[in-house]
Amino acid sequence: MNFLRLTNGAAVEIGKIPVLPFDAFAAEVTSAVAAGGRLAALFGCPLPEGGVELYAVLAIEAENALFAGRAAVGAGYPSLTPACPQAHLFEREIFESCRVRPEGHPWLKPVRFPDATTATPCGVTEFFRVEGEEIHEVSVGPVHAGIIEPGHFRFQCHGETVHHLEISLGYQHRGVERALVGGPGPRSLHYAETLAGDTTIGHVTAYCGAIESLGRLRVPARAQALRGIALELERLANHIGDLGALAGDVGFLPTQSYCGRIRGDALNMTAVLCGNRFGRGLVCPGGCAYDLGAEEVADLLRRNVQLRRDATAAIELLFNAPSVLARFEETGKVSLETCLSLGLVGLVARACGVSRDVRRDFPHGIFRFAQLPVCTWDSGDVFGRAYVRWLEIQKSLTFVEEQLQALPGGAVCGEAFAAPAPERLVVTLVEGWRGAICHAALTGADGRIACYKVYDPSFHNWFGLACALRNQEISDFPLCNKSFNLSYCGQDL
Amino acid sequence: MNFWQTILPVLAALLLAPLLPGVIARVKAAVAGRRGPPLCQLYFDLWKLLRKGAVYSRTTTWVFRAAPGIALAALLCALPLLPAPGADALVSCSGSMFILIGLLALARFATVAAALDTGSSFEGMGGSREVQFAALAEPAVLLALAALARASGTCALGGMFAGTVGPLWQTAAPAVGLLAVALGIVLLAENCRIPFDDPNTHLELTMIHEVMVLDYGGPDLAFILYGAALKLWVFGTLLVNLLVPWQDAARPLAGTGVLIVGLVAVAIAIGLIESALARLRLLKVPQLLLGAGALAGLGLLLIVRL
Repeated sequence: MNFLRLTNGAAVEIGKIPVLPFDAFAAEVTSAVAAGGRLAALFGCPLPEGGVELYAVLAIEAENALFAGRAAVGAGYPSLTPACPQAHLFEREIFESCRVRPEGHPWLKPVRFPDATTATPCGVTEFFRVEGEEIHEVSVGPVHAGIIEPGHFRFQCHGETVHHLEISLGYQHRGVERALVGGPGPRSLHYAETLAGDTTIGHVTAYCGAIESLGRLRVPARAQALRGIALELERLANHIGDLGALAGDVGFLPTQSYCGRIRGDALNMTAVLCGNRFGRGLVCPGGCAYDLGAEEVADLLRRNVQLRRDATAAIELLFNAPSVLARFEETGKVSLETCLSLGLVGLVARACGVSRDVRRDFPHGIFRFAQLPVCTWDSGDVFGRAYVRWLEIQKSLTFVEEQLQALPGGAVCGEAFAAPAPERLVVTLVEGWRGAICHAALTGADGRIACYKVYDPSFHNWFGLACALRNQEISDFPLCNKSFNLSYCGQDL
Repeated sequence: MNFWQTILPVLAALLLAPLLPGVIARVKAAVAGRRGPPLCQLYFDLWKLLRKGAVYSRTTTWVFRAAPGIALAALLCALPLLPAPGADALVSCSGSMFILIGLLALARFATVAAALDTGSSFEGMGGSREVQFAALAEPAVLLALAALARASGTCALGGMFAGTVGPLWQTAAPAVGLLAVALGIVLLAENCRIPFDDPNTHLELTMIHEVMVLDYGGPDLAFILYGAALKLWVFGTLLVNLLVPWQDAARPLAGTGVLIVGLVAVAIAIGLIESALARLRLLKVPQLLLGAGALAGLGLLLIVRL
């Protein structure tokens, strides 16, 4: 491996990252991915003297290490995608943001439609079509019947069977990555909190990890524990809410109603931490903005017990109903090969039997001291994704309880803010409730952020949803979609 | 006296049909630990919709506008054909069971034609599903009614139940039980209840009946909602007549009371079924409907052999 070995959340000097000729760079990426690695980030950064430098960050779980390398390219380069399908969306994003053409990319479409003035309007693109007299096309969105985010889905159907699903996103592109360049500024933290509204803690922890490493800030142990508790509470709230929504999609009312309320209980526990149900304002560079008193710890422990009791009753009802299992099993199956070749992450990957979890593979913060068992299931279908959620709920409840009982003493916010070091690269990975969140930041010579890239787990997993729908019934789409429950704004940024 | 005995069930249907969906919603809410909407919510909705204007898509033609009226008219015509337990129907003619099936088919045809008229891929899918399932549900109803026709010796709905069902429960209870189960399954399918369809879903891709009426609003939607309530009342009446062998010559008017109580019980049962079951996979729906047809056929065979 000619790439530089990195640790999750530890900044390195850019100068130490090897600059490879493009062929060697491509060979490194392709062979590492073929050997079971995952492409965590691939992005372009414009060089001051013109041209673009490509950075690749590989996550090698077997070695518990990240590897970074770079290569300079001109107006185009031979696409990596044919040999390494994981790169397909990264390359489309690079083409869109840096205007560097990956020659030979099989499907070079816009990702986010960023320049409405010059290019085509949002959502207008060439869609794949299945020809044939009996094929019909169904298009859904971007305006939906429920209160959900905008996205366009186009199905090529034969009767009730879906042969192909194409997902076109980008309606929520806000230019957050661009807004973070030049920072850290007073609003950067708020941008990080709102990268994906339901993953506030996950994204802001990744952001603060990057800033702390660049600014050489030490985070006190108590703050690490509080961040871990908040992260797992976020996971609890979303997993419980998702199981309720899955029950609702198959028309199973009891679990739907109970879980809707129980999700609120988990959110209220986050509110005890910081006064906000989604954890806004809790995590800040250097630690946490709020501390817990003894009374609040006791309150949280009491709520945790109640949460476990309620969630267990509601969710066991779901998994004990044969009519529900009949709908969940064999629906929206993602094969292990598809999962590995697309580089799917998070609970979707774990439901395909891939033991992949940032908390174990690349531990950072509290997870270096407290291990959470990785929950997997090997069916790859809606049942697998629902069941992995339930397993993770149980593990997270235990984690929250243990952490609250053994909360380290001391302050929650140690050192004052320090300016980031110049010419550094930092990559932070956090296992949000959907999966691996990856933030990559490059600082310029002035210590300001020159390039900030965010990869929500949805970025990797949207294409997995499209593949899960192949040869499924179109009426099962809402169920499959909910079982992935991907973020639109996390992908659109 | 006979006049009141036959017209009361029709008046009750016209006035009380919108109550049934309210009962179902309340039962479902109670099981889920919620309070639920008011019992009379559908009356409020109808009143609200009737005062609204309507918006029509430019791609639609007169077919789309005519459909709600045709469907409601067909269901209104079906009401006088149905008796209350122990009584005759307001309009009783030989072969009225076929008229009933025909009227229901007409209502369905109008709705499906209107759905196709919109040119929307969703509504086309909904229409295709509706027709596919109806092709399997209709034979089940016909077989069940044929069994009763055989037992009573008449094809008039009015004379089919009164005086026949009571003795039949004593001599051939299993056969009547099979017919009741078949009718119950068809009732759930025809009224887009779980496990066939989810009347509360907002997911267009999974809907069957609801998706066909997505483009309607205002008075048209009021017609459709009222028609749906009447359809539930029609199938419920068939089921109650089959299950309750009420016969009291001294108090003929009480038959209507029995009918109303029976229908509320049916609504509660639907609410409980919906709370306990998830929806079927769409591919499995035909299997369940074929099962209903087989049960009705078996019931017919048993009654023929009596």
